[in-house]
Amino acid sequence: MNIAVCVKQVPDTEARIKIGEDKKSIDESEINFILNPYDELAVEEALKLKEAHESDVTIISLGPDRITSSMRSALAMGATKAIHIKIDSTPVDPMITATALAQVLKEGNYDVILLGKQAIDDDNAQIGPILSELLDIPAINVITKLDIQGDVVIAERQIEGGVEKTEAKLPVILTTQRGLNEPRYASLKGIMAAKKIQIEEKNISLTDNKIEIVEINNPPQKPEGKIVGEGAEAVPELIRLLKEEAKVIS
Amino acid sequence: MSSILVFAEQRNGEIKKIAFENITIAKKIATELGANVVAVLIGNSVSGLSGELEKYGAEKVVVYQDAKLENYSSEGYAKLMAEAINDYQAGIVIMGATAMGKDLAPRVAAKVNGAVATDVVSVEVDGEELRIVRPMYAGKVRTTVKLTSAIKILTIRPNIYLPEENSVSASVEEKTADIGDFKAIVKEIIAGAKDKLDVTEADIIISGGRGMKGPENYHLIESLAKKLGAATGASRAAVDAGWRPYDEQVGQTGKTVSPSLYIAVGISGAIQHLAGMSSSKYIVAINKDPDAPIFKVADYGIVGDLFEVVPKMTEAL
Ligand SMILES: Cc1cc2nc3c(=O)[nH]c(=O)nc-3n(C[C@H](O)[C@H](O)[C@H](O)COP(=O)(O)OP(=O)(O)OC[C@H]3O[C@@H](n4cnc5c(N)ncnc54)[C@H](O)[C@@H]3O)c2cc1C
Ligand SMILES: Nc1ncnc2c1ncn2[C@@H]1O[C@H](COP(=O)(O)O)[C@@H](O)[C@H]1O
Repeated sequence: MNIAVCVKQVPDTEARIKIGEDKKSIDESEINFILNPYDELAVEEALKLKEAHESDVTIISLGPDRITSSMRSALAMGATKAIHIKIDSTPVDPMITATALAQVLKEGNYDVILLGKQAIDDDNAQIGPILSELLDIPAINVITKLDIQGDVVIAERQIEGGVEKTEAKLPVILTTQRGLNEPRYASLKGIMAAKKIQIEEKNISLTDNKIEIVEINNPPQKPEGKIVGEGAEAVPELIRLLKEEAKVIS
Repeated sequence: MSSILVFAEQRNGEIKKIAFENITIAKKIATELGANVVAVLIGNSVSGLSGELEKYGAEKVVVYQDAKLENYSSEGYAKLMAEAINDYQAGIVIMGATAMGKDLAPRVAAKVNGAVATDVVSVEVDGEELRIVRPMYAGKVRTTVKLTSAIKILTIRPNIYLPEENSVSASVEEKTADIGDFKAIVKEIIAGAKDKLDVTEADIIISGGRGMKGPENYHLIESLAKKLGAATGASRAAVDAGWRPYDEQVGQTGKTVSPSLYIAVGISGAIQHLAGMSSSKYIVAINKDPDAPIFKVADYGIVGDLFEVVPKMTEAL
């Protein structure tokens, strides 16, 4: 089995997002970058498959030079190869990213392509479904359970109020949701081994951009709230406010 | 005349509220741009549902039916949406930012060389263009984007726009769904607890955090939720502890929600939690620590022991 995991480097979840002076970008100067949390799930799932089926796990990531630190994190968890698609800055339009990834993925002949369900910076949740179309490979997205027997893939995906059990044949694209697994921590041995792995670099010409950022703003500030009171005595007043002032309950 | 296509999401023969919300939005945009609104209904034996779409102002309802479309199929649905886009010369396509819409939209975009703005919270006509606003970084910022593709696809976050009735008499066109075989097939839908409302669809959410002390106390949250017709949510701490299922987690690595009312019980208000719920219209916080950050985003707060406050609320309603 040959496995690829597409990963993205993103600001850590604690990061305060400072809007750049041009109001069209994010000021990255004080940001600590991490491996996208959903992509950790994808790496973990790949490693579980690797342990069951003896396979290579190739990490593929598109972005500027800084992203190699997150690629190393994925290698330290146990991935075996890495391909860095080098560009100056991450595209706004996910179609560009997906098209570039598709080109690299085609060359690798992978049986299983894993991604996160969403990158927690742009929150697009688009790359998995687009890749399915571009590569003409079935995709099961937002999965919380996976079972592969021979070339039959059965995965459960979260929908509103339930779970869709979906079946497909290899090769397959899977995007991960929390609940699928608990990502392992890299061991010291893993970290040392990762340092020795050569990250392959690729240059790819990108397709046209179809999404323009007009401006980035802070979310509207809510007016200062009020403490209605202390303890159970405050409940009647809270309910009155919800009914009469906010009018959200009747 | 060009048209605005609305994907009329249905499951089990029931049209989702988001479809009506989206027809309402489409109608507004269509009036300003001089376009018409076409609803696309896909499923098995669904043509009977077209009347409901008319009620909100769809001028045309296109119905694709086939036994193979009983359950959602990303491949089948995407093919038909692309066909409808082509047949009705749609420049704008609107879907819900739901499990189905999020899965479908990017795929359709890849087929028609379009672009997608996901999880949109505001869309307005600005001259000939659309001004589209969507949160990024789980709501820490809001980005205004412009789609420059000929076909612009939007998934709209549920509960942002209220559906408005606007009855017209629609023409219904039943089409044969020529879809071929699918590579990925939904075999089964395992329903969650029968009448459990998903946090992303709920108008009121009551979430419990680590302050709940243990899974045995969540009946307090559930009773209050029942009284209010609310969905139950949780912080990641409660989910990680195994007290609550993953699908209830609200926050940056859980679900992003915008209900009319969000009640946070025993939740401190970590930045990752706030990211997922701070765009709620009204926020109530119940926490014994007056310095808990959740009070900074709450419209109304009660400082106190949740084990006294929550039962009192349930009793008072
Ligand atoms: C990568 C990453 C992603 C994350 N994603 C998310 C996410 O999506 N969603 C999320 O929620 N978190 C997320 N977190 C976790 C987040 O940082 C916090 O740890 C978590 O939100 C804390 O949950 P909590 O508020 O329930 O618990 P705590 O922070 O422990 O707060 C418990 C609160 O309960 C109050 N309390 C205790 N007893 C009582 C009582 N008897 N009556 C009233 N109040 C009481 C306390 O005063 C306290 O404020 C993420 C963290 C990381 C690192
Ligand atoms: N620049 C990138 N390089 C590699 N993989 C990516 C990149 N951007 C996104 N992905 C993958 O696509 C998933 C969904 O991302 P998005 O559609 O941007 O929310 C992520 O979880 C990653 O697995």
